[in-house]
Parts: sequence; C-alpha cells; structure tokens
Amino acid sequence: KTVCDLNLSSVLMNSNLVHRADSFFLATKMAAPLTLLLIVAVTIRAVLFRSSWAELISERVEVVSPLNAWKRVVEGLALLDLGVSPYSGDVFHETPFMIYLFHFVVDYAEIVFMVSPDLVFCLSRFLTSLKQKYALESDRYPADCLELLRSPKEMFYIPLKVAMFYLLNPFTILSCVAKSTCGLNNAIIALFILCTLKGSALLSGILLALATYQSIYPLTLFAPALLFFLQRLYIPVNLRRSSFWFFTLQYAFIYVGSLVVITGLSFFLLGSWDFIPSVYGFIFSVPDLTPNIGLFWYFFAEMFEHFRLFFICVFQINVFFYTIPLSIKLKEHPVFLIFMQIAIISIFKSYPTVGDVALYMAFLPAWSHLYRFLRNIFLVSCVLLACSALFPVLWHLWIYAGSANSNFYYAITLLFNFGQILLVSDYFYAYLRREHHLTHGLYLKKKDGTEATLVLK
Amino acid sequence: MAAHRCGLSLVCILIFSSLAHPSSCDTLEKANDNTAEKRSISEVNTDGSVAGEALNERQWQSTDAEVDRSDSTTHSEALTPAAARDEFQEELVIRPLHSGDIYASFQFRTLWDTDFLQEGQKVSHYRLFPKSLGQVLSKFSVRELHISFTQGFWRTMQWGQPFIPSPPGAELWVWFHDTVSDVDGNWKELTNVLSGIFCASLNFIDLTNTVQPSASFKPLGLGNATDHRFLRYATLPREIVCTENLTPWKKLLPCGSKAGLAVLMKSEKLFHSSFHSQAVHIRPICQDEQCSSKAWELRQTLNVVFDLHTSGQGKKEWSLFKMFSRTLTEACPLASSSKVYVDITDNPEGELFELSPATPLLGQAVVLGDRRTYSVYDLSRAETFGQLRSFNLLLRWKGDSGDMLRPLLHAERYVAGFGLQTGEIHTVIYNNHPYRAFPVLLMDSVPWYLQLYIHTLTVTSKSRDNKPSYIHYQPAKDRHRPHLLEMLIQLPPHSMTEVTVQFERALLKWTEYTPDPNHGFYVGSSVVSALVPSMVAMRTNFTQDQPLFSSFVPVKEESSYFVRVYTEPLLVNLPTPDFSMPYNVICLTCTVVAVGYGSFYNLLTRTFQVDEPSPPLSKRLANLIRRMRGVPLLT
Repeated sequence: KTVCDLNLSSVLMNSNLVHRADSFFLATKMAAPLTLLLIVAVTIRAVLFRSSWAELISERVEVVSPLNAWKRVVEGLALLDLGVSPYSGDVFHETPFMIYLFHFVVDYAEIVFMVSPDLVFCLSRFLTSLKQKYALESDRYPADCLELLRSPKEMFYIPLKVAMFYLLNPFTILSCVAKSTCGLNNAIIALFILCTLKGSALLSGILLALATYQSIYPLTLFAPALLFFLQRLYIPVNLRRSSFWFFTLQYAFIYVGSLVVITGLSFFLLGSWDFIPSVYGFIFSVPDLTPNIGLFWYFFAEMFEHFRLFFICVFQINVFFYTIPLSIKLKEHPVFLIFMQIAIISIFKSYPTVGDVALYMAFLPAWSHLYRFLRNIFLVSCVLLACSALFPVLWHLWIYAGSANSNFYYAITLLFNFGQILLVSDYFYAYLRREHHLTHGLYLKKKDGTEATLVLK
Repeated sequence: MAAHRCGLSLVCILIFSSLAHPSSCDTLEKANDNTAEKRSISEVNTDGSVAGEALNERQWQSTDAEVDRSDSTTHSEALTPAAARDEFQEELVIRPLHSGDIYASFQFRTLWDTDFLQEGQKVSHYRLFPKSLGQVLSKFSVRELHISFTQGFWRTMQWGQPFIPSPPGAELWVWFHDTVSDVDGNWKELTNVLSGIFCASLNFIDLTNTVQPSASFKPLGLGNATDHRFLRYATLPREIVCTENLTPWKKLLPCGSKAGLAVLMKSEKLFHSSFHSQAVHIRPICQDEQCSSKAWELRQTLNVVFDLHTSGQGKKEWSLFKMFSRTLTEACPLASSSKVYVDITDNPEGELFELSPATPLLGQAVVLGDRRTYSVYDLSRAETFGQLRSFNLLLRWKGDSGDMLRPLLHAERYVAGFGLQTGEIHTVIYNNHPYRAFPVLLMDSVPWYLQLYIHTLTVTSKSRDNKPSYIHYQPAKDRHRPHLLEMLIQLPPHSMTEVTVQFERALLKWTEYTPDPNHGFYVGSSVVSALVPSMVAMRTNFTQDQPLFSSFVPVKEESSYFVRVYTEPLLVNLPTPDFSMPYNVICLTCTVVAVGYGSFYNLLTRTFQVDEPSPPLSKRLANLIRRMRGVPLLT
C-alpha cells in the first residue's frame, strides 16, 4: 500500500512541476484568443444592456428568482433610504454584504455585472491542472487506453473552451443582462475553485465561507475542497492518521472561522439578526412560490398542508444528502466531485435560475474526454434546448394569453429538470466508466474471447 | 298581585346581591355620585346655562316616559337612579341629490355619562345603552370603536360628500386604551365578538389584513392619543351586507324597530337601493364646552341612496312611503329629540320642488364646509302627524335640478397593466378648489400577495414630480401582515395628482385561494383624509342643540373641515395553480426527484463488470447433477 502511495505521490509531484511550467506557457500563448473572447462577450452584454430587451429579460422568472432579482436589490436600497429595515418586509432576501456592496456601486451596477462573469473565466485557465496527471501517468495504464488520455494539444484548448462555454452561454448572458446577483455568487464560487486548484487553503476556505454565506448550499463544496487539498498534500484519507485530522481541522477552522466572522460583520453592519430568517429561512422554508425553473414552486403550491413540513425537509435534505456517498465514491477525483456538487445544487436548490445552470455547464468542456462514453447526450441536449425555447412560450400562454394554465409551465420545468438529471448522471456514468477502462483496458474480452459489454452490477 | 310579588322578590335579590358583590355596591355609590353631580348641574343652571337646563328637562322627560313601564322596571330604577343619566336622540336627514337620487341618512345617538374603563368599576346596569356593546367596551378596554358595513360605492362625483363616509364592504377601526398590554390579542377577540354581534364575517380579520396607520386615523373622541400601537384598522372589501347585518344593528336601538324613525327600516326597501351603509361609532366625548364631564357616545348611522328617478316611471317625486313603504306615526318614546330634516338649500323659493306637508320650522347647519338650510319636522310634537296620525313626507319636483356639484376633494383608483405577473396601482386625487392648495393624507393597505415595489412609487401633479413630504411605509410579510403605505401629499389648486406604484402578483398555495379564485382578490379602498379649506366659517364652539349629522367630526379650526374620501376597492386577478392536481403534482415531482436519486444510487453502489451471459437452463441442471455426483462440471 505504501508503495502505491509513494508511486502516486511522485506522479503528483511531477504533474505539479510540469503544471507550473505549463501555466506560464499557456499565459503567453493563450492571451490573444482569450482577449478576443472577452471582447466579444462584453460587447454582447453591453449591447443587450442598452437595448429594450434588458427590461424584458430582467422580468423573466427563469432568469431571476426572489433571491437574486435586481429589482429587489433596488427595493432593498429604497427601503434603506426610507429608514425601514430591508428585512422587515418579504421583498429583499440578499445578504447584508450585498446591500453594502450595491449601496456604493449602485450606479455602476452594469459594470459590476459585466465584470463578475469575467472573473469566472479566470477559473478556466487553471481547470486543466488535474487532467494533466493522466498524460504523465500513461505508462501506468494499459497500452490500449492511450486514446482515452488527452493529448497536450487538447488540454491546451480546454481553458479557452471553458471560458467560451461560460461567457457565451445564453443562460449566462441572460442572467447577466437581468443583473441577477446570481452572477456574483457564481463569481465567488469560481474564485473559490480557482483558489482551491491553486492550492491556497486559506483563500479557498474564506471564499467557500463567503459562498456559503451568500446562498447556504455551497456548504457541500467543503468536502471536495478538503479532498483536493488532502490529495495535493499527499495526505491519505485515513481516519486513523493524525495528519488527516490535523489538516481537516485546520481547513474546517478556516472555513467556520471566516463564516463566523462574516456573519458577525453582517450583524454589526445592520445591528440586528433579522437577515438570518429573511435570507436563510427564506431559502429553507420556501415561502415564495413564484414559478421558476426548479421543482419546488408547484410542488409546494399544491402540497397538502399537513405534509408541507415533511416534504420541505425531504427536499432540502435531498440537496445535501448526496455529498457523503459522492465524496466516498469520488474521493480520488475532487474536481469532478466539485462539478457534481454544483450540478446537484443547481438542480435541487429551492430557487434555481438559469445562471446556476450555466455555472455547472461551464465545466462540461473540461470533461470532453468523457464524450465517447455518454449514452444519451443527443437526447439530453434536445430536451434542454426544447425546454429553453418552451419556457417563455408556455409562460406567455399561461400568464398573458390565458389560454394555458399552470400545468403547462410545470410540465416544462419537470422536463427541464429531468434533462438536467439525465445529463449529470450521464457524465457521472461516463466518468466512472472511463476510470474502469483506465484500469482494465479499453477493449475488454469475455472469457470465451469475444468482445465484452460492460454492465453495472 | 303576582307582578307585585315578583317585583318584591326582585328587590330582595337586588339587596342581597348588593351586599354580596362589591360591584353592585359600586352602582349604589355611583348613585350617590350622581346626586352630587346633579347638584353641580343645578349650580350651572343658576349661572344661566340654557343647555344644562334643557339637558335636565330632557332627562326628566325621559324618566317620565319610563314610568309607564312595568312595575319591576320602576322598582329597579328606584334603586339605581344612575340609569336616568343617559339620553337618546334620533333624526333622519333627507337630501335630494343633484343626480336625481335621494339620500336618506338616519342618525341615532345614545349618550351615557359613565366610564367603562375606570379601574375597579364594573358597569352592570344598562338602560338605553346596549348592554352587548357596553360589555365589549369594558372587557377589551376599547377607547373608540368605529364599524361600518356598506353595500355599494358612494359616488362622490355625483352625490357630493356623505355625512359619514365609509368604504365598500366592512370597515373596523378601534383605538384601545393605553393600559392594554396585548393589543393584538384583544383585537383578535374583539373582532370575533363583534362578528357574533353583527352577524358579519369580521372573524376573517386577522393579522394579514390589519394595519396600524400612523396618521390617517386619529381618535375622533376625547383624548389625543397619538401612539398608533393602540390603533387597529382593517377592512373586508368583499363583505356582502344584507338583512342579517341589519337586524342585529336595529336591535341595538332603544326602541328597536318598533317605534320612532326605525320603523322605516324595512330591509326589502333598504337593500333595494344604490347605496346602503350602516355604521356604529362609539367614542368618549365631552358633555359640555368646558369638558368637565365625560360621556360615552354611541352613534348608529344608516345611510341609503335611493334611485327613485329611474324606478318611478319617469315621475320625479318621492315620499316616505315610496321609499320605505312605511309612514311615521310616532317618535320613539325614549328619545329626547326626534326630528326629520329635509335639505332645501337649493330650493329657497320653492321653485325646484314642493314639499308637503309644509313646515314653518327652518334650521341651518354648517356641514362639510357649506351652510345648508333645512326644513325641520319635529316628531315629538303631535301636530306633525296631523289629523291622520301619520306623517308621510312628500316631495314633488317641478324643475330640473341644477348643475352637477364638483366636490372639492375626490379620489379614484384603478389597476393598470396586463397579464398575471405584474401590475400597477394608480390612485388619482383631484383638488377642485380653484385657488387653494391643501395637503392630503393618502393611506393604502395592500395585501401581502401583491408585492409592492416602493422604489417604483411616483407622485405627479400637473405633469411634475410631487415629492410627498411624509412617507410611512411598512412592507408586507408573507402570510403575516399587509403593506401599509401612508403619505402626505400637497395637492396644488385645481389639479389632478396621480400616485402610481408597481406590484408583483404572487402564486399562493392552493388552499389559500378563496372560493371562485378566478373572480379575483379584493384590495381595500385607499383612504384620503384631508382638512379641506371651507367656503364658510365652521362652527368650532360646542353646542348641544346642533343637528346630529353636522356634529360627528370635531372641528378644530374655522377655516377648514375634515373630509375622508374612500376610493373604489380593487379587484385583482392572481395566477392560479390547477386545483385538481395535488396528487398528480406530488407524484410527478417525486418521480423526477426519484429518477435523480435512483440514477445516482445506481452509479454509487454498483460497479462495472463484464457481462457474462448465463449458461442455458439445461446446462445448469446438468451441472447441478454433476456436482451431486462429484463429477467435474461442464464449462
């Protein structure tokens, strides 16, 4: 076992060294296309901001939720100006930091919203760091697996693809033009991933605390971040090792400590704890049933009163529950675990918007090597595209034309979520299958020498 | 004889109970107090106060009327002369409106100089004041109570100002005494009790439609309480008013509907009208100008507007019998004054209409900033009823009525926008005064399911931004309290001021929708309260013999008068879920969640294996036998 550990650690050390050399290489050669991409992305947003579409987009329920609508931020600031606590009503559900951020930059809000997704693209440049290990480990794998590993050329374009997938994704653009604060939350999560991949435990802990403070659900990203650091520091995940516990406690301390500091600061900014029920109580108890792309609104609008609490608990536990089994299964692959967690949050959270969907979709180019194992990617992309087109149509039929009813819109949200679940589980399947092939060879044979089929048992 | 014995036993019981209960002792003490007070009144008399004398005389009259009652009553009265200190007045005001409609307003007032709220004193003997209300007042420490039930909408533009305005539906506002610690608890119980008393759905008043206006609803009676923590205001715009509300209301009158003006209140006529409003106002007031003694005033009003013009086959004439299908035969014997007023201000020479029987009595009153002339019929005089012992007032129109009067202050409201997602509330306030600007207080109480955005509030008059000088805004809490928006707006002379605010419609839980959800949800009227500049000097001095209809709102200064205008209630549609779907939705959503759970579970718990086809059945059986025989197995 120790030999294996040593082997792994030497490989990782190698990859680390190469990664450093490589990132310098990337920085010089990738600058031109990235700048071009950035200019295109900013232009699209600027044009849309100035067009009459901006107002229409900012009213869409798919793009903004009660948690992150820009209209509600403005309302919160207006209440503050009137001398009323923004949390005394049920309009404003942003955290106190958001009030103070926008209190100062409310006039430059457009710039803030244009800059925030650009922060995300920084993430893309470092996403590759882990993939590179496969390139170096090629000698460990069966010979026929070489085609499963990505060539350095492929790896080279991944950051650009990730940036493109995020910056030019219509979902991101819509959410940015609507000035949904979801973009800022995404930026915080992206920075957290960046810091984690860069190996800065302190910054990573602080940013994770900030993300948790913003919308509670990123709490589940604690596990993948911890696993990543453990792997990076060559600490095996062993409950009997003191080094494991030492680092875990250290990271948990950074995380909890900064969470306490941030919450305490918010208390001192406002002088009351009103924001706790108004932000986190609102997220957990789902009192606002305004339609959105999630599963909660219609379910709890139609729920029998005596089962409401039970189902709220079930649905909220559902979001957090997957952390434990996924961390066990994917403990060697924390980056994929991060992707899985973000995807699960954005599917099962109480007030999802398309901005959340865009965040996990930005990861998809990073898993381009899984493409050959995806079983129903065509079906899923068709479903997602069709749903995206049908959302505004059925909304119009229900709310404005009056010729449809709520069931139509509900059906589309169901289908959309079904598509997302299929997409995520498909990627999960493909990842596990690739892992299996990496250890057992790509072309498996049956006992009698014929070509074998892999099944889950 | 039996009656005498009965009376005697009653006296005995009263004496015993007075020995046993301290509360009864209080009534006796009260009697002593009263004699002392009476002495003070006679002292005032020597000073030459006519009002005091008149008051005294009336009281004696009313006690005389009491003597005719049964023996037992006389006995108990002999014990507690305190009861003689209350007084009842009734009047009916008829105003022909410019639109051709008839506005009839009944006013009944019971005055009682007792104090329900005094510590340690329990009022247990009631005479004219209804016991049901008196007990409510003392139990819930109510300082002031105003309740109105209205069917129809008062058209200010056509009808001018009513004497006492009220919004469509039910309105209740209560000032509690400032010793009350649990105001919300008291309020909840009070609404439930009143709901029983008036047979109305006041029990639907809860925290979600109760507000505490900071400036719009000041106490109308004694005491200048300003702490709006003790005020509760609620409206039920959807409340339908009908006979079952009228009957308990009539029962509160000392004569019931047996005698006096109340015999005119036949429900089939009253509810066959354009507007019907009945109200109860209870408040403490001053007995005299110096305010040396306090009295509780119970004022019951009933306003009704008949559209006789269209139903009268083109003939413009009306009579009491035509309106109420009754005539008057007597005043209420318990009333100290009983009068009928007919507004003849627009008809000084009798050229517009003709009144019969004619009356020599004319009265003048300054009401709502205008000096009006009235023909007065005193029902306490026998000659009013003439030979037939019946009084049927008849009015025959001769000419066409004059121009439409434009009320100085007028407000209306509507919802703008389309679709079920957002909308905008427009409130338009008109100041028709040619050269005076005046401030108005606008109060809006909007239910929580219409999410107001206060940053979209705009106030424009004469197409210029008119910033309110005072804004009190309390945002709604979902399922807990409504929005309350109060602002002070300066209305420029001869102008139209438009207040708009945007809102978003919420999707509710399926159990929160009212029956017939696609009918829409009502939003109560906004309230515009203002001190409007008066054309004539208002009477600020206190006089007892003022007609009741002109003495409701206290006048603080001569140059202006208080007006409250209610706008239309709004009917707003909300998006609705499909009410037949709960099972389906629960099943379908859970299926999708289960698909997610199931696929993850599958991938998490299983591992990849090469699929080896299982051998055929015959081979497996053969292997089983071979194993038993100990022979090598087939492959």
